[in-house]
Amino acid sequence: MGQGCYDSTVLSAWYKDMLRIRYFEKKIDFLFTRNLIHGTAHLCIGQEAVAVGVCSVLKKEDLVVSNHRGHGHGIAKGLEVKKLMAELMGKKTGYCSGKGGTQHFSCIEKGFLGANGITGGGIPIATGAALAIKMKKRKEVVVSFFGDGAASQGVFHESLNMASLWKVPVIYVCENNLYAMSTPIGETICAKNIADRAGGYCIPSKIVDGNNIFNVIEAAKEAIDYVREGNGPFFIECKTYRWMGHSKSDMRLYRTREEERLWKEKCPINMLRNHMLIKRMYKETELDKIDKEIRNEIEMAYTFSKDSKELQPKELYKSLFA
Amino acid sequence: MREISYSEAIREALKEEMLKDESVFLLGEDIGFYGGAFGVTRGLIDEFGPERVKNTPISENSFVGVAVGAAMVGMRPIVEIMFMDFITLAMDQIVNHAAKLHYLYDGQVRIPLVVRTPAGAGRGYGASHSQSLEAWFMHVPGLKIVSPSTPYDAKGLLKTAIRDNNPVIFIENKLLYAAKGDVPKKEYTIPLGKADIKKRGKDLTIIAYSRMVHLALEAAEELKGGGVEAEVIDLRSLVPIDMDTVINSVKKTGRVIVVEEDNLTGGVGAEISSLVNEHVFKKLKAPVRRVASADVPIPCAPALEQAILPSKDKLIKIAKEIMMFKR
Repeated sequence: MGQGCYDSTVLSAWYKDMLRIRYFEKKIDFLFTRNLIHGTAHLCIGQEAVAVGVCSVLKKEDLVVSNHRGHGHGIAKGLEVKKLMAELMGKKTGYCSGKGGTQHFSCIEKGFLGANGITGGGIPIATGAALAIKMKKRKEVVVSFFGDGAASQGVFHESLNMASLWKVPVIYVCENNLYAMSTPIGETICAKNIADRAGGYCIPSKIVDGNNIFNVIEAAKEAIDYVREGNGPFFIECKTYRWMGHSKSDMRLYRTREEERLWKEKCPINMLRNHMLIKRMYKETELDKIDKEIRNEIEMAYTFSKDSKELQPKELYKSLFA
Repeated sequence: MREISYSEAIREALKEEMLKDESVFLLGEDIGFYGGAFGVTRGLIDEFGPERVKNTPISENSFVGVAVGAAMVGMRPIVEIMFMDFITLAMDQIVNHAAKLHYLYDGQVRIPLVVRTPAGAGRGYGASHSQSLEAWFMHVPGLKIVSPSTPYDAKGLLKTAIRDNNPVIFIENKLLYAAKGDVPKKEYTIPLGKADIKKRGKDLTIIAYSRMVHLALEAAEELKGGGVEAEVIDLRSLVPIDMDTVINSVKKTGRVIVVEEDNLTGGVGAEISSLVNEHVFKKLKAPVRRVASADVPIPCAPALEQAILPSKDKLIKIAKEIMMFKR
């Protein structure tokens, strides 16, 4: 575990956020197995330290553009789990009244510019949001989250090029979870590291253990300081692993259970928990209490969502045009 | 009244809106010093500087995406796509993002984006620099589509498009850029979704937009010699479409031709023909007819290029067939 002089309340806040993501995703997975939720979802279990680490160093007014695996990014940016779950369940009380769903939810008020169902689709949007901030001479930064698969899209390369040319305040955070759906990274990326590609666009980068929240935070801090000073974009590659399949129908036949077991030993939440215990910041019982509180919060979010109403078909044409 | 060209009218609209609103800025390939492939933005960089008249790399999908992101944060970007054919490279950002985000986010964001692009054949540029692809965009809920035929309309409609809070595909025409027309110096705008009857008539309705309006007017003039009074409706915007004006005209004439430069199958004319049938079938004295480009890639050779395009003669031939039609 990396070093850092953080006090116990800060650490417990990260711990709570990571748990909130973990239990939210587990609940969504459970609801699918029981056919209580419609559609699909891409869960980020195992990758919680990236979302929480990066967002914990952002200011409230900073912006985040996410991807298809975006629940964690949203929760880490401060979205309420009940409104997010309601959105996934297609309810009127969701962030977008159920029109967006898992891959197209947003909360502009909290600086979350949206999940995105097109691989790489959010990268130019984040770049453009950063351009607007620069043109308006404002101080916010924009974070663009995407996976290793998106690094093969044309918009990835085109956007990095423009961001570097125009020195816009964007931080590209690549969550390299080793698989673009089922295809292992060795079959899709010719470079050793995805961050190597940033160099081709004259963008400084850091490669970190994405399961170690201290490492993620260190890199994010460096990136944010650099970007906020007006130096242009920064790139962070977080090496991590998604425990679940790509989406709900994925049986994970393209990889071994042994590989999964090894990565689960590197659970980002357990790592932080153990750190807090070793440093004697909290007792087991105290952390168990937090755990229980968060589980309860997620159950309440589910009850809220289940009891919420759906948008009526007569409201179908609302917000087609502004 | 003074006369200026279609491209000058567009440039004036850009300039006036940029002076009026600091959040309006331009993005596109070679639009700075060079002034764009057709010179439409020439000189604007001197007045507004490279930050607001921003040359981009050749990355259509991403710079449209950049415009979408900037629009989400309160800017009003105007993107130039050098040839409409190149808009194919930006389909993802236009179709999956610009058109949908306001709806998907249930009104939390607005995307006040204008994508300007020249369409049309007739200059021998070949199949990748001559297409008219407006029908594709009509098929996408959430987009507005404007396609002016005169300098006056181009200026007034573009100003409205820039002030609109939705993504607008603003389709210009290469052969019209040099065409001159009356444009008042005084400020004016033209609402989207309001067709203009360019010529009145009682026997036949010719529905057109962009360059085809001029073809329709020439044909109408010649038909007049044969005693046929054609009404020429310039749609000006395809979304929203002014069906009231169309329906009122058809109620009077009972005969309809749609003339369009895009190719026939799945085209704008097919949609309008259906709308006419659905709304005023009983008033029709003859089937709705379409004059459109042939369903082939646009060849370079001048004779072949002309052969695939709608022409005054083709229009007159169809008009005569309709006038002779007996149930």
